Amino acid sequence: MDLPHHGYRETKPRARAAPTAGDSVLFEDTSSAAPAMNSQGYYTSGYNMGGPSNDMQGGGGMNNLFADPMANAAMMYGSSLANQGKDMVNKEISRFMSVNKLKYFFAVDTRYVLKKLMILMFPYTHQDWEVRYHRDTPLTPRQDVNASDLYIPTMAFITYILLAGMALGIQKRFSPEVLGLCASTALVWVIIEVLVMLLSLYLLTVHTDLSTFDLIAYSGYKYVGMIFTVLCGLLFGSDGYFVALAWSSFALMFFIVRSLKMKILPSLSSDSMGMGSNAKPQLRLYITVASALFQPIIIYWLTSHLVR
Amino acid sequence: MAFTLYSLIQAAILCINAVAVLHEERFLRKIGWGVDQSVGGFGDEPGIKVQLMNLIRSVRTVMRVKKKNFNI
Repeated sequence: MDLPHHGYRETKPRARAAPTAGDSVLFEDTSSAAPAMNSQGYYTSGYNMGGPSNDMQGGGGMNNLFADPMANAAMMYGSSLANQGKDMVNKEISRFMSVNKLKYFFAVDTRYVLKKLMILMFPYTHQDWEVRYHRDTPLTPRQDVNASDLYIPTMAFITYILLAGMALGIQKRFSPEVLGLCASTALVWVIIEVLVMLLSLYLLTVHTDLSTFDLIAYSGYKYVGMIFTVLCGLLFGSDGYFVALAWSSFALMFFIVRSLKMKILPSLSSDSMGMGSNAKPQLRLYITVASALFQPIIIYWLTSHLVR
Repeated sequence: MAFTLYSLIQAAILCINAVAVLHEERFLRKIGWGVDQSVGGFGDEPGIKVQLMNLIRSVRTVMRVKKKNFNI
């Protein structure tokens, strides 16, 4: 079958625009097209099975493409439009946040996620909390289990929203507005906490390399504890809820204090250089402890109405 | 307390407005928070009060420009 071979060579640069055109002739081409569109190719080949039986031009799709200059021109135009749109979106987004920095936070793998979840739930046996560097840039989460990532907080947030909907549904208190309300409440609390942390770090002139995304990550780690708490509350009733709340609160407080201690309090860690802010180092300790104490309060606040 | 994003935006705007209407001469000087009373610390020891005063002043400066554009 040399038709797929033809399709690969001829339509590889235009494979991106093919789904937007919506012609059955084009579907047939993308199903045999580039390996970059593999998943989409397998998907549209499902359409293809139904296509040729209905369409007259199904068998000779390849020839039709060249015989019909309008479709050809439309496809080129579509692909150039898609490229322009993609460039514009990238430019706008990179004005607000640097996409490269964001990519660093999502470079995770399974081993890292499993180890990190275990550390979040049981941090008492973890020995080495230092974030390792590689020539002045922090290592990606794939190579360093102490690096913070944004994958776990994002997934945990979404899982928490779904779990909240399920918990409310079990108690027959569900309606679609409640889901949105729960999601925006949780999001607002994260934003408030990140803003308060940023403000306090700025006021105390703490020179750390904690970026905004790091703070968002540390705020998002509490959702893992929340999910565990809600699950125990649903499975084991009110007693299970309080036990799980206590357990995840202590684990999370320990985790936050140990992690932030490395970043905010350099004079209390192994070697004291004496640089950075010398104005009342106990204020920096207060910030760390306060942000750790805030976690159980917010966990209780956001989950108690789900488990009655 | 069920928050929405809109209420957060409202609260943020009200807080920034509250900081922006603090008058420099009539009020901040009286309680010793004027910015000309803060030039002292060099090096990296500004302290909380100086940082806060600088923050208030910068918020007021930014809001002056934005309020002019917004009202027009």
